Amino acid sequence: MPSLKDLRNRIASVKATRKITKAMQMVAAAKLRRAQESATAARPYAERMDAVLAALNQRASREGASPLLVGTGKDQVHLLIVMTAERGLCGGFNNNISKLARADAQRLIAAGKTVKILTVGRKGADNLRRDLGRNIVERHDLRGVRQLGFSNAEEIANKVLAMFEAGEFDVATLYFAEFKSVIAQKPTALQLIPAKLPETSAADDAKAGAGQSVVDYEPDEDAILGYLLTRNIATQIFRGLLENAASEQGARMSAMDNATRNAGEMINKLTVKYNRQRQANITKELIEIISGAEAL
Amino acid sequence: MAQTFTFELVSPEKVLLSGEAEQVQLPGAEGDMTILPGHSPLISTLRPGVIDVVLAGGKSRVYVRQAFAQVEPDRLTVLAEKAYDVAELNASAISTQLSEAEAELAQAKTDEQRLVANQAIAALSALKA
Repeated sequence: MPSLKDLRNRIASVKATRKITKAMQMVAAAKLRRAQESATAARPYAERMDAVLAALNQRASREGASPLLVGTGKDQVHLLIVMTAERGLCGGFNNNISKLARADAQRLIAAGKTVKILTVGRKGADNLRRDLGRNIVERHDLRGVRQLGFSNAEEIANKVLAMFEAGEFDVATLYFAEFKSVIAQKPTALQLIPAKLPETSAADDAKAGAGQSVVDYEPDEDAILGYLLTRNIATQIFRGLLENAASEQGARMSAMDNATRNAGEMINKLTVKYNRQRQANITKELIEIISGAEAL
Repeated sequence: MAQTFTFELVSPEKVLLSGEAEQVQLPGAEGDMTILPGHSPLISTLRPGVIDVVLAGGKSRVYVRQAFAQVEPDRLTVLAEKAYDVAELNASAISTQLSEAEAELAQAKTDEQRLVANQAIAALSALKA
């Protein structure tokens, strides 16, 4: 049975923990808002890019198209780009992404493919190191980055493109958590190379059909498509980074909210226990005094 | 009042400039061009260079790199990975850009990369002067 002093100490320490988790929750909420803002601000660019790519994709000739679009014709070597957070204490966020990537990696290995992994963010590398450590070819660190910029995405994209040009992989897939809401983040796999272009819907077709024939391309379609595909890699990675940043803060916020609530419950339980114990001690002392007096 | 069309300059991070424009001069990949309202649909990549925008409310000059433009009769969208307002570019900022472009030129492996770097240098030198 813990003594009264022990109980008092426990209560004090849980209270301190609750203060910390509460503070972390509020910080995460503030950061989440900023992350969401930048994700929203980045959306127009990606949307226009998608629209132009979709339109070009229909027009451009298939022969001699960029390998970024049609692939290398093989799917032997897979590159998994696993994007996670730099920090923990955000619930299952990092684990969920790693789990998805690990499942895919193991499936590919079982099918006899070669798997290479590029990790972005420290936590993913730590998670995957144990069983897939030999497959990690590169670790990209974003630890010093305060505000994600496009240049961060560009750096990663350049690495990926350089590897692709050197023929180091055939298929590249991007793993990140899509931000659904504060409580729901969905780990997602997105195929980067060969690019999966958005299909234009029938309505778009009809709309484009009227004006399409007169669209001028300078230089020709294939050249623009090739150029845009390269740029699109960076755009997609940037999108992934931003979604991930928002998801991370969302996950941390709900994790810290839970922690704060748990701490509150624990404090209540401990307080009840403390009061009971105190009362038991008083009763025991009274009995001792009374029985002592009776004995006289 | 002159006819206008919707002009948007978008970078990956945010929409930089948006408004009604009377005319916009673009450094197209195959030559400069001026877009007026009612231009036929066009998609073109842009050289590194300066976009001259005549907005309904005033003028604006923006230096862009790695950009492309999508023209429709009633709107013009420029997607630029890097864009700097010329008014805000001071001499030292231009010099930084210039040395970056020169470094790129030194590293360029293909003719295309060399061409782009050279175009950037030319545009920047013009700005500096």
